[in-house]
Amino acid sequence: MPTKIEKDSISGQDTTGHEWDGLKELNTPLPKWWLYTLYATCVWAVVWCVLYPSVPGISGYFPGVLGASTRVQVTNDVKALAAQRAVTMDKLTATPIAEVRQDPQLMAVATTAGRIAFANNCQPCHGPSGEGRPGYPALAGDAWIWGGKLADLQQTITYGIRSGHPDARVSQMPRFGADGILKPEEIAQVADYVMTLYGKGTAGADMAKGRAIYGENCAACHGDNGEGKRDVGAPALKGAVHLYGDSRETVRAQIANPRQGVMPNWNQRLDEATIKSLALYVHSLGGGE
Amino acid sequence: MSRLAKPRKPSAGEEKMSEAPLYADRVRVYPRAVHGPARTFKWAVLVICLAVYYALPWIRWDRGPGRASQAVLLDLQNERFYFFNLEFWPQDIYYLTGALILGAVSLFLVTSLAGRVWCGYACPQTVWTDLFMWVEQRIEGDRNARMRRDQGPASFDKAWRKVAKHAVWLGVAFWTGGAWIMYYADAPTVTRAFWTGQASSAVYGFAFLFTATTYVLAGWAREQVCTYMCPWPRFQAAMLDEQSFIVTYQGWRGEPRGHGKRDAAAEKKLGDCVDCRACVNVCPTGIDIRDGVQLECINCGLCVDACNEIMVRTGQPKWLITWDTLARQKARAEGRREPIRLLRARTVIYVAALLLAGTVMGVALATRAHIELSVQHDRAPLFVKVRDGALRNGYTVKIVNKTHEAADFALSLQGLEAAGMAVAEENDARMPILTLTAEADSVGTFRVLVFGQPARLVDGSQDITFTLRNAATGEQTSYRSVFMGPGGRAGR
Repeated sequence: MPTKIEKDSISGQDTTGHEWDGLKELNTPLPKWWLYTLYATCVWAVVWCVLYPSVPGISGYFPGVLGASTRVQVTNDVKALAAQRAVTMDKLTATPIAEVRQDPQLMAVATTAGRIAFANNCQPCHGPSGEGRPGYPALAGDAWIWGGKLADLQQTITYGIRSGHPDARVSQMPRFGADGILKPEEIAQVADYVMTLYGKGTAGADMAKGRAIYGENCAACHGDNGEGKRDVGAPALKGAVHLYGDSRETVRAQIANPRQGVMPNWNQRLDEATIKSLALYVHSLGGGE
Repeated sequence: MSRLAKPRKPSAGEEKMSEAPLYADRVRVYPRAVHGPARTFKWAVLVICLAVYYALPWIRWDRGPGRASQAVLLDLQNERFYFFNLEFWPQDIYYLTGALILGAVSLFLVTSLAGRVWCGYACPQTVWTDLFMWVEQRIEGDRNARMRRDQGPASFDKAWRKVAKHAVWLGVAFWTGGAWIMYYADAPTVTRAFWTGQASSAVYGFAFLFTATTYVLAGWAREQVCTYMCPWPRFQAAMLDEQSFIVTYQGWRGEPRGHGKRDAAAEKKLGDCVDCRACVNVCPTGIDIRDGVQLECINCGLCVDACNEIMVRTGQPKWLITWDTLARQKARAEGRREPIRLLRARTVIYVAALLLAGTVMGVALATRAHIELSVQHDRAPLFVKVRDGALRNGYTVKIVNKTHEAADFALSLQGLEAAGMAVAEENDARMPILTLTAEADSVGTFRVLVFGQPARLVDGSQDITFTLRNAATGEQTSYRSVFMGPGGRAGR
């Protein structure tokens, strides 16, 4: 390609020397400020790569001479935050749960901390506002299997239910069907009877057999009238709220081969102040006793 | 090709435009002092406006012990606005809308009837500019003296007068800024705190801010505020029509203008205007009224006074510059007479709007409640089933107690079957009526749990009404809400 660099008469700049169908291009140099900025960014990049984590390796990376790490930073931030909160949280740990409510400021901290801890730990099972779902008790309601007083809630959250912790709340309903304790027709009869306890029974049916089977097998734990017994964790059968459902199928299934839900012992994961906050928060959802 | 390569030569006009500055230099206005009815009226309005502004915060008003004793007080910290016997809460902010509507429509009405009299007499910018000009004239003398001194060399006389003028200006500006903060705090208290260094930084900050703005706007910016900064002159044309009374130069009478009237009036056929420029010299915005209606004219009428002085001196009838309508002037020029028409579609509409807004405001103020109720249904859960088969809904109930005593309020509920209420974490028993106590002059917030067995659920909700009654005064109010149960859209 012929190159003929010439001076452009209007701008006073050299051309690149190329010509395309009569079009010529000015060879305007880059502005100095632009060029030096580019050089500065190049230098900056090299310095940055030396100071900060940069070059990847096979099983790691070059950490940089400053040893900066966002993970360490976050860990430190979390520690600093905990230190900042220590005074209040220590006070919360030291105060018996029933007395926290006497202190409005501490109570405000506790319910806020409880709300956040609930969202982080409890809501996957119990629902975002404690409304529960089949198999997972509603905490906003007033039907408690193990008790709805503050101390009860604190105990349940701390040690869990059937969690394997030595202090866990444990109840064991026999597998009446799977272990052959009752025959299928007996299970059907007692199920029909249980349903009458909460007003869903079949009208006019003969309940004598069912009542008899209930008296022999169920009343010891669930009470003569299905009122439940909290110290053994036997749910009330007569109310309107049932953990696993109140249809004939679910009642029969629960008698034949009961589901035994598990709640973790949260003391393995949360400190005492947080557990107290959770208990206070759950209590305030509306069903606390 | 060659055509593209050739640079286009700018035309003469473009070259001229590119050389012209983007902003016109300000032509300094040196208004001359004037006497006459318009000036007297302008002084009267000025004195009244300033007196009201400076004195109002000092008027006391007894509202009982421990309560604000200032007649007009905008207490932002405690969220209360006081106007004599009226007391406004943040919830009453819509009264501000009403006041703004009244203000705007009044402005429209007055403008459509008599032009920009607001601008000419009552606008704070006009009032303070006038005050500052008065100070300037006391110290530096009238128009000619000021112009001569400004153009002359630096001298001791010039220096002390300038220093004195700006000192007085700053004093007035500070007084203005100081009065401003008194509308937001108890005047005697804030004054004492101000001078003993105890006031908050906000007080000092706002006093400084309004001192600075007063000094700059009234001392330096003056007519530029009206011409360049204020939006009102830009759309005032929409309010004016040919029937509005505005300051008018009677061109049919004055033209052709010219000097030497006494000698050669007859042969030159000159009009009454002697072209003395008195009207221009007194104009605070530095315009020539003889050019007709213009954006800069604030309708203050000082040119009327100035022209009358000259007309008397030249032995001609007064009111060459007068207040008149465009329509009447046109008729005059054609030798006809035109009646004054105050009743026009726009004035009727403005009056009607004023009456309507005034009535609504008056009724709303007269029947203002001292009690307010607001109820918010819990977002989640929408409802909870409890052991005995009832449904429970949670509500956040807010009670506004505008009385000056703590009061017991009875909260009851209509429209729900087997209803019972309880305050969360307070009482477990379900009651048909809750007694809630709200402190004096404050808002009480309660979380109320409502139990019931709704029988008329549609799409999972049914309308209910909360009624709140002040047990002592019997005043009551209600709030419509919903009770929710299964069957809603979310459940489908």
